[in-house]
Amino acid sequence: MNALFLALSYLRYHWARSVVLVLVTAMILSVPIISQVLLNRSQAALTDRAEKTPLILGSRGSQLDLIMNALYFSDDRAEPVTMAETETIWDSGLGLPIPLNTAFETNGARIVGTSLEYFGFRGLNVAEGRQIALLGEALLGADVAARLGLGPGDTVVSAPQNLFDLDGVYPLELNIVGVLAPTGTADDEAVFVDIKTSWVIAGIGHGHDGVLAEGATTGDIVASASIVEFNRITDANIDSFHFHGDPADYPVSAIVLVPQDARAATILRGRYLDPENPVQMTVPREVIAGLVDRIFRIKTLLDAVTLIVGGAALVAVGLAIFLTYRLRTREMQTAFKIGARRSMILRLLAAETVIILLCSGVIALGITLAVQNRGSAIVAWLLAA
Amino acid sequence: MIAVKNLSFAYPSGDFQLTIPSMILQPGEKVAVVGPSGTGKTTLLNLIAGIVVPTSGTVQLGAEVISGMNDAARRALRAARIGFVFQDFALLEYLSARENILFPYRIAAGAKLDAGARARAEKLAASCGLDGELGRRPGELSQGEQQRVALCRALVMKPQIVLADEATGNLDPANKTAILDLLFERTTDQGATLLAVTHDHELLPRFDRIIDFSTFRQPSEGAA
Repeated sequence: MNALFLALSYLRYHWARSVVLVLVTAMILSVPIISQVLLNRSQAALTDRAEKTPLILGSRGSQLDLIMNALYFSDDRAEPVTMAETETIWDSGLGLPIPLNTAFETNGARIVGTSLEYFGFRGLNVAEGRQIALLGEALLGADVAARLGLGPGDTVVSAPQNLFDLDGVYPLELNIVGVLAPTGTADDEAVFVDIKTSWVIAGIGHGHDGVLAEGATTGDIVASASIVEFNRITDANIDSFHFHGDPADYPVSAIVLVPQDARAATILRGRYLDPENPVQMTVPREVIAGLVDRIFRIKTLLDAVTLIVGGAALVAVGLAIFLTYRLRTREMQTAFKIGARRSMILRLLAAETVIILLCSGVIALGITLAVQNRGSAIVAWLLAA
Repeated sequence: MIAVKNLSFAYPSGDFQLTIPSMILQPGEKVAVVGPSGTGKTTLLNLIAGIVVPTSGTVQLGAEVISGMNDAARRALRAARIGFVFQDFALLEYLSARENILFPYRIAAGAKLDAGARARAEKLAASCGLDGELGRRPGELSQGEQQRVALCRALVMKPQIVLADEATGNLDPANKTAILDLLFERTTDQGATLLAVTHDHELLPRFDRIIDFSTFRQPSEGAA
């Protein structure tokens, strides 16, 4: 107890040095554990979601970008394909195509335009409110709702893509009608809207004041710059919303494909093997397996680096403690002259080291538990970045 | 009583040798040790305290031969029966004055830091004029106050002998006198022997006896 009291008094008096030592040691202890936890979670998240997604259709280019965008709504997006591809799959009767339009975002969360089949396919349940039914309605992922403190009855505004592009995408105020139950996946970090709503955000569809001359039912269009274009879809103006152009040309970022069976999957894959075809079909499981393999090869290297850096940092901490002992030589001599037992002097020095290690261990444990608790959200954020 | 007989001590390097044929300190006696630097005054204190052991000869405290004890026994004896006052006070900067005084209780074998020990420390501090200063750390005290704290630390275990190594060497004249007064008063209160190394010849008349290391003789037996 006396050694503990003296060691605590010493550490409290030199609090700044003690705090630095404790934090550095905590970092040395926790960094390898955290990286291990996050890597394991990443591998599990990557593999799990990829295995549950049979096929992805998208424009030819980086398969990884396509899959990361379709699975985790990441920022890296390939060129969009058109709705005509969805129609082709429908018509083939070989599988269920689920279009995804991930071109927009709001408050740091990806807006995912999709069809209702997506929710059934991913097993997403509405925890609060109801499912989207009308144009302009949005369903929040659990983490987005918690982070923004929003729920049914609130609204979110889509982010403009370019503030200085007067002819570009205008923000659309989305009516939140529900919040999804948490899943620990990228879906928690997304805002879901109907695919048509995403086209309204893109400016392909819009609603505005009447443009006909007073009393006219057709013809005599008198549109001018003074016509108000609606930036929120309400019961009063929803009927004025309409789309321009051929629906087959409307963009989608990727299409999740759920084939009827293995044979259908093989046929579908075969249709997109031609390297000249601007559209490609990928199997997420295979692409992610390659990525995980690469990650773990890099991890081996990182482990070695962590080991070296950790070792060097430990040596530095050891040196700092050793220097402390040297600085306390006079104190130890005084204790010796007064009659301190040899074991007491050793206990005095050991107590200080044990307290530092104990505090560092507790902090490292706290950090590790926090990372473990929030692991899914951190991994989802990392994968979406 | 402390008895030194046929004592001889040499450091392993061989560049210093101390020889004392005979020296006896009576209980309650106040003795000053004077002499030029390097003549072995501090070594004598260390030999009496059992910090170093003589090459030959004996050092005896009462009936116990310190020079014949093992390290653990010498440490225990030092903690229980010898008080040390250093020139540089040797206080622990991170402890309050109160905890510095109680320090021997925290490190000595068999010592128990109980309410009695705490009360004794408070009383001792009060008698040395440290009433309102016990919660302060050494860095917040004047040099005179620091040496009073060191003095209390040396006396708190009720030692039979107090060894003062240039205890007033770092103090101004006013504090010198005050600390020496306290050293004399408190050791007298406790019936302890005082063996003080000093370079301050103005203080010598106050001692019962002076041991001069320059010639190693005892010129003023009963000088006071």
